[in-house]
Amino acid sequence: MTLSVTEAQLYGLCGAGLIGIGLYGAILGPSALRRLLAFNLISSGVFIVFGAIARRGGLAGGAASDPVPQALVITGLVVAFAATALAVALLIRLAALQPKTARSSPLAELAKRRYDAFDPWGGGKA
Amino acid sequence: MSLPEVLAPWLDGPRAAELLFPLLALPVLALLLAPLLGARGARLLTLATLLLGLGLALAAAAALTAADAPLVYALGGWAAPLGVVLQLDGPAALMLLLTAFVLSAVGLHAARDFGVAAVGRRATLAFWMLLLGVWAGLNGLFLGRDLFNLYVAIEVLTFSAVPLVCLKGGAGQLTAAFRYLLFALLGSALYLLGAGLMLGLHGTLDIGQIAERLGGLMMAEGVDPAAADESVRMASLVAVALMSTGLLAKTALMPLHLWLPPAHGGAPAPASAVLSALVVKGSFFLLFRLWLDLVPDLRALDVGLLLGVLGAFAILLGNAMALMQERLKLLVAYSTLAQLGYLFLLFPLAGAGGPAVTAALVQVVSHALAKAALFLLAGRVLAAFGHDRLPRLDGFGRALPGTLLVLLLAGLALVGLPPSGGYLVKTLYGQAAGADAWWWRLVLDLGGLLSAAYLARILAVALRPPAPAAPGTTPKAGSRVGTLGLLVPGLLALGALLLGLLPPSLFALLDIGRADMGSATAVAEVMRTALTPAVFWSSTGPVLVVALAVMLFHIGGDSAWQRGIGAAGRELAGIEGDLREWRVAGALLLMIFLAQVLAVLP
Repeated sequence: MTLSVTEAQLYGLCGAGLIGIGLYGAILGPSALRRLLAFNLISSGVFIVFGAIARRGGLAGGAASDPVPQALVITGLVVAFAATALAVALLIRLAALQPKTARSSPLAELAKRRYDAFDPWGGGKA
Repeated sequence: MSLPEVLAPWLDGPRAAELLFPLLALPVLALLLAPLLGARGARLLTLATLLLGLGLALAAAAALTAADAPLVYALGGWAAPLGVVLQLDGPAALMLLLTAFVLSAVGLHAARDFGVAAVGRRATLAFWMLLLGVWAGLNGLFLGRDLFNLYVAIEVLTFSAVPLVCLKGGAGQLTAAFRYLLFALLGSALYLLGAGLMLGLHGTLDIGQIAERLGGLMMAEGVDPAAADESVRMASLVAVALMSTGLLAKTALMPLHLWLPPAHGGAPAPASAVLSALVVKGSFFLLFRLWLDLVPDLRALDVGLLLGVLGAFAILLGNAMALMQERLKLLVAYSTLAQLGYLFLLFPLAGAGGPAVTAALVQVVSHALAKAALFLLAGRVLAAFGHDRLPRLDGFGRALPGTLLVLLLAGLALVGLPPSGGYLVKTLYGQAAGADAWWWRLVLDLGGLLSAAYLARILAVALRPPAPAAPGTTPKAGSRVGTLGLLVPGLLALGALLLGLLPPSLFALLDIGRADMGSATAVAEVMRTALTPAVFWSSTGPVLVVALAVMLFHIGGDSAWQRGIGAAGRELAGIEGDLREWRVAGALLLMIFLAQVLAVLP
């Protein structure tokens, strides 16, 4: 008996696997940064599932890949990127406010170097 | 030509649908323009845009009433599935109006607190831009019909709401904001996966088109039980369960509420008002669309019962926890959790048709008005005393009598005394439940009495003689809480309290585009008897008894049974604290997803 798996199915299974790993990490992750990275894994998994859906040819229905899910993935990437940026900005700010836990963490280094210099609207008091 | 003649084609003519685009574009354009104008300009621009938007929402509601059918606008002339369609029906028009009204009111109230002189340029610019962002996200949610577009709208909403939590920039607020963001992101990932599966199954993301296809499959079921169709139907329902789980996390339905109390309790008062009154309603509205518009027959599934049981759990636990909070803002935040529970009673009761849907929409309005008022008032207490810890606020009613009075008015609307919105909600839900399902009515009544209990607790604190001078027990010298600041909370509280006195014909707006709803007649029927002495006292009497008991409890000494109640309360608070652990909440999220899947499968 041979097991036949199409490309789309393989991709879909990969995506599902990534989502599973990501959910595990996001729920049980030991630190905030790890949970955030796990969220990024989930997002990647979802995007791969979208890719598999495109390959199956949802809207177009023909042999070619469906462009609609691909366009959606690009938008989804932007949203996930913005979410990660916002979350990391919060973490950096938090690390700057908590000098005790932050002494050795890379985020604190980043906070020391970048945050003081970063003032998008210039000269305003916080 | 006079102004009405010029506006005629939009208000009741062929161009009415064109009103939908500016409702979406206006907040976004203002948001893009605001940073160029600087902090002072941003405040003025936001307030002006909000008032203009309120006018637009009124015009859209008028046009919808004139047309008496949903307004549909295809962006760029492209029809679904390739294009993105905006659609305005009755519930959406209601939400648009409510959002514009509450945001304008909160904006006017916050105009002085969030100025350059008070909080600096950076926080000022951020606050007003975020307000516009929240508005843009919400309008997108109400007008959207495309599952992916709705995803983008709800992300815009989340990304605007999260920074509102941490405007003050303290470590506590930043932690709360991060927790909120991460849990919301988990929810949106689940939602996006569900939307993707829908696209794969149906080749379209348009809610109307998917609903048609699913409806067709359900019809075909009896005639020709084709296995392929059945599997598509099952897979679609699982996709809806995925999306629904993600949205439950964003709506903070208990027990998925770990992020809400610290976020809403820690944000500046006007931000809390917006978050509690509007932001959580955005994801609820999408749940409403999914289960009522996209799924063809909710009655055939057990999932409505599941959501209703979670809602009842939220009503009871949320109110009980509100009763035990030490901080006024946290008390109001837990009361939000309980009030969100009322919204979810819609799903088990919607099968009966009209009254439950009307009740849920009235609850959205009533809670938004009352809760915005309560948070703004908590902000006044905070500004006057420098803290909001109830044990140290003895006698605050003497220092702030007006604040106490308005707080009681808003609270009575939540308790549900006639003729408030809360009374309408309870009575309409009761009608929808019918005589057999007495347990739903029991939950509604218990919830009202628990709300009366925490209101009475605030009153008892406010009327107690002030403690001998200790830091924080008297108003700070030079604190600026003028009586003018009572105007907006008072207006909002009165709006919630007198909601039932509106002409019933206005409620007909809710029915447009929805089958078998009769909001106007249902409301007229309820209000006809609401103010007769028998009905009035049967709903007011128990509330007065409970309020009196709670006040005696707080004034009385320290007997054994009082300590017993205190110990039981701490026990309950311990369990609720466990539910707010990240890992527990994460596991609950997965369990609620599995439970929904089991409930949608036959």
